[in-house]
Amino acid sequence: MPKVVVAMSGGVDSSVAAALLKEQGHDVMGMMLRLWSEPGKEDSNRCCTPDSMALARRVAAILDIPFYVIDAKDIFRNTVVNYFLDGYARGVTPNPCLECNRRIRWGFLLEHALAMGVDFMATGHYARIETGVGKVNLLRAVDASKDQSYVLHVLTQNQLQRALFPVGEHPKSEIRSLADKYGLPVARRPDSQDLCFLAGEDYRDFISRYAPQIVAPGEIVSRDGSLLGRHTGLVNYTIGQRKGLGIPSPVPLYVLGKDAETNTLIVGTADQLGCGEITVRDVNWISGKPAADVFQAAVKVRYTAQEASAAVTLLDDGNSARVRFDEPQRGVTPGQAAVFYDGDLVLGGGIIA
Amino acid sequence: MIYLDYAATTPVDPRILDAMLPYFSETFGNPSSVHRYGQRAEAAVDAARETVAAALHCQPDEIIFTSCGSESDNLALRGVALAMREQNGANWIITNRAEHPAVSKTAEHLEKHYDFKVEWLDVDEHGMILPQAIEKAICGSTAIVSVMYANNEIGTVNRIHEIAAICRAHGVPFHTDAVQAAAYLPVDVDVLGVDLMSLGSHKFYGPKGVGVLYVRKGTPIFPALTGGGQEFGLRSGTSNVPYIVGFAQALKLTVAEREARAAHVRPLRDRIIGTVLEEIPDSRLTGHPDNRLPNHCSFVFRDVDGNTLLQMLDAAGFACSSGSACKTGNPEPSEVIKALGFSRDWGLGSLRVTLGVGMTPEHVDAFLQELPSLVERVRKLNQR
Repeated sequence: MPKVVVAMSGGVDSSVAAALLKEQGHDVMGMMLRLWSEPGKEDSNRCCTPDSMALARRVAAILDIPFYVIDAKDIFRNTVVNYFLDGYARGVTPNPCLECNRRIRWGFLLEHALAMGVDFMATGHYARIETGVGKVNLLRAVDASKDQSYVLHVLTQNQLQRALFPVGEHPKSEIRSLADKYGLPVARRPDSQDLCFLAGEDYRDFISRYAPQIVAPGEIVSRDGSLLGRHTGLVNYTIGQRKGLGIPSPVPLYVLGKDAETNTLIVGTADQLGCGEITVRDVNWISGKPAADVFQAAVKVRYTAQEASAAVTLLDDGNSARVRFDEPQRGVTPGQAAVFYDGDLVLGGGIIA
Repeated sequence: MIYLDYAATTPVDPRILDAMLPYFSETFGNPSSVHRYGQRAEAAVDAARETVAAALHCQPDEIIFTSCGSESDNLALRGVALAMREQNGANWIITNRAEHPAVSKTAEHLEKHYDFKVEWLDVDEHGMILPQAIEKAICGSTAIVSVMYANNEIGTVNRIHEIAAICRAHGVPFHTDAVQAAAYLPVDVDVLGVDLMSLGSHKFYGPKGVGVLYVRKGTPIFPALTGGGQEFGLRSGTSNVPYIVGFAQALKLTVAEREARAAHVRPLRDRIIGTVLEEIPDSRLTGHPDNRLPNHCSFVFRDVDGNTLLQMLDAAGFACSSGSACKTGNPEPSEVIKALGFSRDWGLGSLRVTLGVGMTPEHVDAFLQELPSLVERVRKLNQR
């Protein structure tokens, strides 16, 4: 009987994942990560509030599986939070959840679980695993509207060989009725999309406390370099933002980009927003290697974006790629991930430079 | 699974359960009632009180039934401190950081909200309170001294009768938390010389949810629970008849079987301690090497997350405990381990292994076979 640890959150998806695995006859145990929050806000980390911990514990009791809370505060602070602050210091918009998946959930926690003698680790992510020839494939979830394969593109073959995503085989509606069927309590509070360690706070307030040096005012310029105004600090702006620029202009102006080196904010008109080509660095290939030197793929540039068709060309350094979109894309944000798909198959992805 | 956490709690002995069962649905009366239902229930409580008094070598009206050891500790500290202050203005409480939280948190509460002053005595490297320290601290304005009989985390046994003699000489009430000790050590209150003593039956094969506070006649004490005046006015509330019966039965059996139980676990304890210290690098015994409970082993391992070790032991089939009982993944060294002076790299890696009547040499062998490699595995994880 294979031993499986389920990374539990108290949410319906990981709870049902545990129930499904138990029903399939696995030897299941639950684990939950204790993540970092600022001193004084220890109970407010969205991923591990006392409420969600109590809920996960309750689910484990109902399923009659052992349940352990794993302390990951220090490593989370030193990896994920630093990654977040470093990104903003470099003028990009980082996605710390990717780093958490790579380093904490599928790094620290998986190692922990393996040390306890388990064969697999499951999460409540909506995605699918398929065993291919000599490798494991990562696929989109059956329920396209819930698909979370985007955040899993960081996984390596070693990690995927240990991974199970039981809920990815089901539509979300079915997961809710399964929770009912198994008699699992479900949180009434809807999931927030905020970063867990912000504990409900605005990310800009957090940054100005932890890295005040990166919140320096500077110039707002157009693409041709003409000075249009002053900004209050690059972290306060996102790509595509229109409101709050404070520049009198006959046509609406949008944030096009940021230059951290000169601390300038670049703005322009709507027709300049589109982005035809990007470079993607630190690319992880799910199969361990790229499909070809040049290939056509559907590329997703943020978690909520529609895929766009593009030509992907490998660069000489071996872990970067140039992506040329068939149509210019809006809202392409450096620091976020670009993920390459071939149909339902996740090919890989990296960070937009 | 092998249970190695008898200091946390013990299974109820079937003989005790049998003694309790008639008092749930058959003899269910309220001992305060006038009718015969009440009389029968009252008779059961009276008999239980006599049994306990005989075991402690005191009078029945010196036995107060409570809901647990913690409640007994609360009643002792709060009740005596307030009564002593009213009687003679005494406003100092003498205790120490190695106490169970039922004592230390109560002392803190009295300090914060009732204007008492607390003298926190240092413990020695084995977690022992030296009688000289009491002698030095005690004075005319001391309201109560509280020193535990045996430490729950590290098993160290204090020299209670010596401390009691000092308190007696100064006319200061002396309380001891004997919740851990009662399972294995003599609890004759005259030999010990204590004025107040807390007990809880679930540490010696009785039910949870019932405790006793022994209060020597003449000790100034106010009630902690007021109401109908049960338990000689010190602890109101309808008597928990079946559990009181269970308590008495458990204590009676414990006194009768104490020597045999201790003789059973002591060699197992010594084997665990010897093997662990010999086979696991960077390991130390916590608590006193000789003056310790016969069923109690406690260690610290350097650079080991004690919580992770407990989880791994559980997954491997061994139920143990640590000094920083923590289910929320927020590890901190316990107050007791800190009081012993261990640095953080040692203090986080505590392990408590406590034995009981069900243990066999085979259980101990299985445990000792597994533990060294698990400690090693946790160390590797921590090195990341």
